[in-house]
Amino acid sequence: MSRFIVKRLLFLLATMLVVSVLLFALLEISPGSVATKVLGPYSSQEQRDLWLAAHGYFDPIWLRYGRWLGHMLQGDFGESIRFKVPVAQVLWPRLANTAVLGGLVLAIMVPLALGMGMLAGMREGSRLDRGISLVSIVTTSVPEFASSVFLAALFVFWLDWLPGTSTMAEGWHWNELVLPVGVLVLYDFGYVARITRASMVEVMLRPYIRTAVLKGLPYRRVIVRHALRNALIAPFTVIMLQINWLLSGVIVVEFFFAYKGFGSLLLEASLNQDLFLIEACTMVSVAVAVGTQTLADIGYVYLNPRIRFS
Amino acid sequence: MSETTISEARRRPVWLRLLAGLALLRESRVGMIGAGIVVFWVAVAVLAPWISPYPPNATLVPFALPGAAAPDGGVFWLGTDHIGRDILSRVIWGSRTVLIYAPLATGCAYVVGIVLGLVAGYHRGWVDEVLSRFSDLVLSFPVLVLYILIIATYGSSGLNIVLAVTFASAPAVMRIVRGLVLDIRDRDYIAAAQMRGERTSYILFVEILPNVRGPLIVDACLRLGYVIITIGVLGFLGLGLPPPDPDWGGMINETRSMTMAFPHMALFPCLAISSLVLGLNLLADGIREVLLNA
Repeated sequence: MSRFIVKRLLFLLATMLVVSVLLFALLEISPGSVATKVLGPYSSQEQRDLWLAAHGYFDPIWLRYGRWLGHMLQGDFGESIRFKVPVAQVLWPRLANTAVLGGLVLAIMVPLALGMGMLAGMREGSRLDRGISLVSIVTTSVPEFASSVFLAALFVFWLDWLPGTSTMAEGWHWNELVLPVGVLVLYDFGYVARITRASMVEVMLRPYIRTAVLKGLPYRRVIVRHALRNALIAPFTVIMLQINWLLSGVIVVEFFFAYKGFGSLLLEASLNQDLFLIEACTMVSVAVAVGTQTLADIGYVYLNPRIRFS
Repeated sequence: MSETTISEARRRPVWLRLLAGLALLRESRVGMIGAGIVVFWVAVAVLAPWISPYPPNATLVPFALPGAAAPDGGVFWLGTDHIGRDILSRVIWGSRTVLIYAPLATGCAYVVGIVLGLVAGYHRGWVDEVLSRFSDLVLSFPVLVLYILIIATYGSSGLNIVLAVTFASAPAVMRIVRGLVLDIRDRDYIAAAQMRGERTSYILFVEILPNVRGPLIVDACLRLGYVIITIGVLGFLGLGLPPPDPDWGGMINETRSMTMAFPHMALFPCLAISSLVLGLNLLADGIREVLLNA
């Protein structure tokens, strides 16, 4: 078990390292374009050369990469071109805002999806099962930007119940979070519900469940004590992988509702060619994605006694 | 199945076999509904020049509401946008954009993914190791971050969108194909083909590929839906195809700030894209059902 964890963590580090090399190759390989992005398209060649010399861009490439990686590891991502402040100063508050959004989404989506998947999978082919399956297939077919428009049209334009933007300009207003969270929950719960259902259906067909039913246990007890434990292993992995998808959804939703989070920051950085901010945002998002995948792998092994004890 | 039926099935032309496959789909109501929606949009895209009431880029009356009368005596059934373009016509023409780029991108991803997956699964060894590690790496990126990074660096154009989708999706296809190939590479008929001295390419494409097509068809439907969403998202974020030609995602992006005052402008392209993706997902579900029962 511990050997497995060490192996996974090493793989995580290796992935991050390769990603950093790719990112460096994609964005930093040509000093000329770096200088143009930092100083703007109207800077003179002389200005660019001076800036490049001052920042060590004429050193050999491996030295530049080593220094770049070293700075990153210390949390020094450079200065944002657009915000004119150190990247870290913009990045962390935005990331905290997104953590609030993502945390809320998971807190609502996970119980909802597991509950619905369980109810559907308990009696395969029942009317409830087909109803839930249809709802989940419809909600996962509607992309986040479309459900944003639908929900905004309904709750902001026609009913006038909720604010249409979530800038949090006058402090934290919880009602500004309703629509962004709603959109993400709507899109993400269907997939988890379907996996839970499939896993539940499979468990319910096992002989030990039949035994439990036949020896006269109440149905509720069969489900809660016997079926759920095994049925929840697969959904756990999927929920962790879902965080990777959530990151994509967060970009769309934050953009639409003008929420000041990590997703909208990443998008702004890319649209403005804000080089060092792009690098930082990419590294953070890959770290989150690979980190949760590693957790999912480790958790899967830990939860599954057949693997844990072998 | 006996000898004769196999050879008879082989002799029938491809389109007949395809038709027989479609007839099987009749057993699944969900699948038929999905197929109906997809066929509807394909028909709309093909017939666009004849059924769209106005040219898609013509500026007529700005801010007309759905059902408003047009100056030429016609009706703006779905209203017009902020610069006066008829939304119905743009939705109709936009279906062409989606139905050209999404299948093209998905097809490219499939060609690359299938070839890599067959090679990795059949040859194993270091080729497999390298390809698998590389696909792990690409798949560990949050998808949209990868797209934004590629498009923002290389600029947005139809070609770059196709390339970006191929780069991001081919590893997933490869992983599926590889798994399927690993499952059947040790079967007797593969060994028989090797004994006959068939070329590797023959074994890969004639012996193995046709036997893994079932799961791949289901995955292709789902993936096509994802790619349509992706192209929509890129358009929505302003990273899609350059204006002014109609593209559903782009239409939503241009009018999204007016959702609070004129929701119809973004509503209809959203409905269009959602229904198309829903159709593909239902179709995939239907095909899976039929394959499981067959």
